[in-house]
Amino acid sequence: MIQDITIILDSASRLAAPLLFVALGEMVAERAGTLNISVEAMMLGSAFGGALGSSVTGSPVLGLLIGIAVGLVVAVVQALLSHRFTINQFVVGLALNILVLGSTSFLLASIDMIPLQFGTWSIPVLSEIPLVGQALFEQKPPFFLLYALIPLIWWVLWRSRWGLEIRAAGEDPDSSTITGIPVNRRRRQAIYLCGALAGLGGAYLSVGVIGAFTPNMTAGRGFIAIAAVIFGGWTIRGTVLGCLLFAWADALRLALPAIGVTITPQVLISAPYLLALLAMLLFARGKRQPAALGRTFAPGKA
Amino acid sequence: MNPDPAGREAAPREEELPDREETASSVPLRDKLVFPVLLVVSIVVALLIASLFLEFTGNSPGTVFSAMIRGSVGSASALVTTINHMIPLLIVAVGACIAGRASLINIGLEGQLAFGAMFGAAVGLALPAPGFVAIPVILAASVIGGAVWAAVAAAFKYGRGISEVITTLLLNFVAFEVISFAVNRSWLLQESPSEAAYVSLNPQSDRLPDTAQLPFLASGEGFRLQFGIVIAIVVAAGAAFAIARLRWGFRLRMFGFNPRAASRFGVRPWVIGGSALLLSGAMAGLAGGVLLSGHVMRIRTGFANNYGWEGLLVGLVAGFGPLYAIPVAFLYGALRAGGGVLAATGVDQALVGIVQALIVIAVTLPSLYMIYRSRQRQARAIRDRA
Repeated sequence: MIQDITIILDSASRLAAPLLFVALGEMVAERAGTLNISVEAMMLGSAFGGALGSSVTGSPVLGLLIGIAVGLVVAVVQALLSHRFTINQFVVGLALNILVLGSTSFLLASIDMIPLQFGTWSIPVLSEIPLVGQALFEQKPPFFLLYALIPLIWWVLWRSRWGLEIRAAGEDPDSSTITGIPVNRRRRQAIYLCGALAGLGGAYLSVGVIGAFTPNMTAGRGFIAIAAVIFGGWTIRGTVLGCLLFAWADALRLALPAIGVTITPQVLISAPYLLALLAMLLFARGKRQPAALGRTFAPGKA
Repeated sequence: MNPDPAGREAAPREEELPDREETASSVPLRDKLVFPVLLVVSIVVALLIASLFLEFTGNSPGTVFSAMIRGSVGSASALVTTINHMIPLLIVAVGACIAGRASLINIGLEGQLAFGAMFGAAVGLALPAPGFVAIPVILAASVIGGAVWAAVAAAFKYGRGISEVITTLLLNFVAFEVISFAVNRSWLLQESPSEAAYVSLNPQSDRLPDTAQLPFLASGEGFRLQFGIVIAIVVAAGAAFAIARLRWGFRLRMFGFNPRAASRFGVRPWVIGGSALLLSGAMAGLAGGVLLSGHVMRIRTGFANNYGWEGLLVGLVAGFGPLYAIPVAFLYGALRAGGGVLAATGVDQALVGIVQALIVIAVTLPSLYMIYRSRQRQARAIRDRA
């Protein structure tokens, strides 16, 4: 029993890590006012970039960096079109999702690659802790970035001037402009950060967790990250909890048949979305979405 | 000075009115010429990028493009295929237009379409009836199914103040799982083993009785023009009329331009916003019903096949004008039809997606750029007056 739990927790950690990177980036973008659905494209593109990069350069680290670069490229397109030309952000996101899905599937068919994978690092002593030791301290190297990243994002968003301006741009773009905050520039910057983090998460999926690239391998994980942000009420704590919860549901779905328990798979697959909806229903007053989320801001439009 | 904040906001927003019903005289001639030129340029650039991509991967661009043209408008049967693809796109786009005019962003059309079709299939399988009863009943059930799924989002929005953008997005995924659940349960909609002609990897329901098949307008060698196109055009014209002429449409537009000002004039947000969301869900459901009884004849996982997302794109490109959506839907239908032929010629299916996405972006960009331009023109006008 103890062993089963250890294994499920470990597999949940592995599933949660890519989701966490992506969801943290998405949270920053949403705080600035973009409901960035191209996060799916960023993740899928960078998963491909990571696999290709590690196969060409022979180094998983370089693969990871190339993955981040791909995520950034998608982010630049999204940011430029939706927050410079003020094109509806959902049109841009939908088109990018289609484009990246098509290009990666097609390129995969015409390129041979042998992606490399990260080895596992195990922190001495800490990884010996029963139950959670393996899940938290015996993972692929990029996993450990999370320990620094989560407090860093918290500090940037809630303690730095830039973070304040990001949140202001997502709450009330009109007042922000009057105060002198360049709303659309902050929104673009938030999308760049989201692209880099989603790139990290996507590349981690291909070079860290799975070790290969398959067509549409993210299969809606970007949308699950969006659901995690919503579930978490646009806070760091809630987003991390959401990612962990969804990863546990996923790990359970994979592990339960082996243990001999049957739960309807459809219930577990839709759990992230149902939980996110439920959380909003229950905590609607305390955890409010950024007021200008999803709205285009066209300066000079009075 | 007007002490009323709503009043202050209402005045400049009225400048937006010409944006939608852009009158011919208000647009400078230069801008009228810019649009077609821009459209041609951006399509040419997209085709060049696609050609480079094809060349680079060892395909012949000429073959690919001629196959796409042949497959979409090259012959009578190709044209009919294009129109058949256009039907669900246009109906969904009308739904997107209704929500869009109220400034509501319904990105759950894909799920509402599938959910509506599931309702239609359930009713169609439960009530074997002659065609003149079965078809209207199935379509009505689909409409109700789509509206019910949108009503969940409306209840979240007007009950608890949760943005429809988020709920409609999340409800998509829940709808797919509900359908997957239903077609995997023998006591719900799962295909009965005796009827399964072949083992399908994709779980699905039984086939609807033949009486539930929508009639065909015309048929010939290798093509059958579906009746749905009549429904789609009627729906588009009806929505255009309702938005432009009915009192409800006037309130809808007023609510869309400025909800606060509209509520001062006595427009109740939950009535107008709620009806807009429900109607747009109903349209998505109708698209699902027409797809179901016109062509697919059973509900399965993956039933919606991106018609919902692409229909939303059609509505957005058409600037939320139901009549403008007709040519745009035709174009997107042509891309689908051409892509189908391309895939049949042995070109990788994924490539079809790329060429389609590039052309989608190429077609989308200029009209959105024009909206950007007209916004800037308004901003200039406001500045000049000030």
